[in-house]
Amino acid sequence: MRQLLVEASSLAAAVLFILSLHWMNHPRTARRGVLGGVSAMALAVVAALLASGIVNWGWIGLAIALGFAVGIPLSWVPLTAVPQRTALSHAFGGLAAGLVGTAKYYLWLTEGPENLTAFRMVAVVAEILLGYLTFTGSLMAAGKLQEVRWIPQRPVTYPLQNASNLGLLTIALICGVLLIFRPVELAVLFPVVIALALAFGVLLIIPIGGADMPTVISLLNAYAGLSAVAMGFVLDNKLLVTAGALDGSSGLILSIIMCRAMNRSFSNVLFGAFGQLQAKAAGGEAKVAKAETAEGAAQVLETASRVVIVPGYGMAVAQAQHRVRELFDQLRKRGADVKFAIHPVAGRMPGHMNVLLAEADIPYDRLVEMEDINLEMPQVDVVLVIGANDVVNPAARHDKGSPIYGMPIIDADKARMCLAIKRTMNPGFAGIENELYFSEHTYMLFGDAKAVVGELVKQLSGTSGMH
Amino acid sequence: MNLMPPSSPCVRGPRAIPMPACLALGTALLAGSAHAAEPPAAPAAPDVGMLYVFVLATFIGLGVVLRVSRLLHTPLMSLTNAISAIAVVGSIAITGQDHPGFVTVLGGVALFASMTNIVSGFLITDRMLKMFKRPEAGKS
Repeated sequence: MRQLLVEASSLAAAVLFILSLHWMNHPRTARRGVLGGVSAMALAVVAALLASGIVNWGWIGLAIALGFAVGIPLSWVPLTAVPQRTALSHAFGGLAAGLVGTAKYYLWLTEGPENLTAFRMVAVVAEILLGYLTFTGSLMAAGKLQEVRWIPQRPVTYPLQNASNLGLLTIALICGVLLIFRPVELAVLFPVVIALALAFGVLLIIPIGGADMPTVISLLNAYAGLSAVAMGFVLDNKLLVTAGALDGSSGLILSIIMCRAMNRSFSNVLFGAFGQLQAKAAGGEAKVAKAETAEGAAQVLETASRVVIVPGYGMAVAQAQHRVRELFDQLRKRGADVKFAIHPVAGRMPGHMNVLLAEADIPYDRLVEMEDINLEMPQVDVVLVIGANDVVNPAARHDKGSPIYGMPIIDADKARMCLAIKRTMNPGFAGIENELYFSEHTYMLFGDAKAVVGELVKQLSGTSGMH
Repeated sequence: MNLMPPSSPCVRGPRAIPMPACLALGTALLAGSAHAAEPPAAPAAPDVGMLYVFVLATFIGLGVVLRVSRLLHTPLMSLTNAISAIAVVGSIAITGQDHPGFVTVLGGVALFASMTNIVSGFLITDRMLKMFKRPEAGKS
């Protein structure tokens, strides 16, 4: 009877997980998705606790209490820190998979080698490889995003980097295969595989730079899901396999969307070391960008009837989203049509800009995807670029020598006028000069995004009384 | 239950897989998993039933996730993360059963990690989703 209840509740949990993702297809129903997920999880946990053979209640209680103690504060992070938190949670997912795989292996080894069938060993090896590499890889990614001091932010490259990484992975795979065939005799290889997976995770992320983070986080998401699937195979648990597969397929789709948005392949992101391309400087004639003051820019914005704002990582860094909302209100008050153009890889994770703008209370029907906004661009009076760079660089359309050639961009240069807020004229992450800034329709507003947008708001609200 | 929400300009459904197909797949998956309550004894032959579950669940996942609004990709990631922390079930079994001490410790740490993901994942997803305001009524 108890067994039947456990089976029924995991079945219900699987259904609820699928519905939960289904409800995410629209912001209107999305919160129902969370409710579905929470109820499924509660069902599954209660079922697991009811299962026979549980004796260590103290340990379980302690671990659950600690999980709450750490998890609740982790959910309060500012929204600009959401990419780090996400990477950290991938790390936890990978760690859990790795540890459970390790525990199961040694348990089977001590209980009797007949338990270590080839099928189980394949699952265990996949679980520890994926789990531990996701663990250290995600920790590194979280560290880079959080700008932890002893983790280099810039991509770190060295000679034979890819060859040595691939060599390491090959050794780990060979050890894993040997373990599958001789799980008892070669038990000494088990810690070796763990160590290699841990090292590989670190080395995989070292050459990755900030602009590649949306893709890398999505890939790590897929790995974390797959490690949960492997854990499901090890534990013979269908619910775990189902939930892991949902997570893994979501990570896969997001990775593909991110790669397409950068016109790069997975292997190019992981082994391309984008940072090295900066050597190619635009030599020759010194181009001049036109600077504009906040007063001038405010006058331009005042008369504009169609405005498009292009936010980028610079807006997130400066925490400028609330000022942007004030600017949005000021422009709306003047009857302007204001939209936000969202590039898929703007920010540090998929959907990053949408969440920040939603936090600032901007209605979501104002957030327009790149493909749709590009159709309207020629009719737009003013494009305001806030802390975005490579995603508006027209070189991606025509300069075959540019590292970002072929990447789909927001056509900010096609609007009647472009205002770009930027800290300095330093090139962006990819080290590429942005032609947009030297176009005859472009005016630069130098300074911190928050300060400049604040100044624009002040100018606009100051003049509103005179009309 | 509104399975087919009216499409709106901010919601993109590229190559949308019709929901009936997803549900049919889902039913197949669930019917399979309901029957497959085999004893967990060491299987002599590879357990193909589990592979079925994996493959079908992946297809359902792809179908459902492709329909998720691009607006919600950040909450989607934290939600799927919390969902895959269902690993908590395995961790509970390993921690709770009468095993050698080091196994209990490994399980306990895994349980802590999964529980952290569940709690923070669901809470932050809900926090983010609460911020997505409906379009202002009356204005364009």
